[in-house]
Amino acid sequence: MSDKDLLFAYLLRLGDNSLILGQRLSAWCGHGPVLEQDIALTNIALDLFGQTRSLLQYAAILEGKGRTEDDLAFLRDVRDFRNCLLVEHPNVDFAYTIARQFFFDTYHFFLLEQLQDHSDAQLSAIAKKSLKEVTYHLRFSSEWMIRLGDGTAVSHEKLQTAVDELWIYTGELYTPDELDLELAARDLAPDLKQLENLYLRKVRDIFDTATLSLPDTDFMQTGGKQGRHTEHLGHLLSDMQFLQRAYPGLTW
Amino acid sequence: MKKDWPLWEVFIRSKNGLSHKHVGSLHAADAEMAIENARDVYTRRNEGISIWVVESSNITASSPNQTEALFDPANDKVYRHPTFYDLPDEVKHI
Repeated sequence: MSDKDLLFAYLLRLGDNSLILGQRLSAWCGHGPVLEQDIALTNIALDLFGQTRSLLQYAAILEGKGRTEDDLAFLRDVRDFRNCLLVEHPNVDFAYTIARQFFFDTYHFFLLEQLQDHSDAQLSAIAKKSLKEVTYHLRFSSEWMIRLGDGTAVSHEKLQTAVDELWIYTGELYTPDELDLELAARDLAPDLKQLENLYLRKVRDIFDTATLSLPDTDFMQTGGKQGRHTEHLGHLLSDMQFLQRAYPGLTW
Repeated sequence: MKKDWPLWEVFIRSKNGLSHKHVGSLHAADAEMAIENARDVYTRRNEGISIWVVESSNITASSPNQTEALFDPANDKVYRHPTFYDLPDEVKHI
């Protein structure tokens, strides 16, 4: 594969992560536990959609087949999505939403820190802009991990349950597949091994403060980055893509 | 949950040199959460560069039924207003 093709594949992974998580979070709109958190979650969703636009716009240009960011978002089917499994997991409740957010934000933060210095000027610029937003996302979700984990017996139990269930979907974030290795070898993406250390240190740190126990399992589910998704993504897409599927080419 | 959270008053300074202005209130468990909530609720459209929060219960307010005694006496003292000067056009914001 040429550098360009590799970068296109990589941008889809990055863009799809932000897109799918943004879509999940936006479902909280009007349903947040309190008004203030409702707005906070949907703010984060909007940040993620902004990042998605930058990433998929650039992906569409690199691909050079005349597709647009909208085509990529609304006209691809499940198997063509390259987001990690974690972000497609349903909201379930506030504890699940916070746990999912915290795992993703931690990974996202350290990833963007390294992408800032990317040799590709466009990707580096997107990373710099996104990092400011994600620094806040991580602060928000870390705070809530501690509040819920070290809060009441009920909040602790709910968060521990969420963390235990989501844990097997977190390995994919920092476990390289063939594409990741190829990207790293050509200096087109950060070395995930290094990222894994930073990620796990932060997770352990917050888990300690939040009095949460690290799940005791080595098994990690994979597949999202290659397009093998959980049963949840298809349902999400049927909502998200409904208008463009039912009324092709519809605009505002 | 909400009824356990105290109310906070939020003050935002929109740019350097101006003073903080009261913009509204919100609920939060503590000061740190109040700052974060204020950031999300009141500065989404680039409104501010600095946020103050104060628990509403810490504010002492004048009583509405003392309005006459407190404020009416100033009504007929126009000489306290600097309206008798001719200001050059170049002077703004007075």
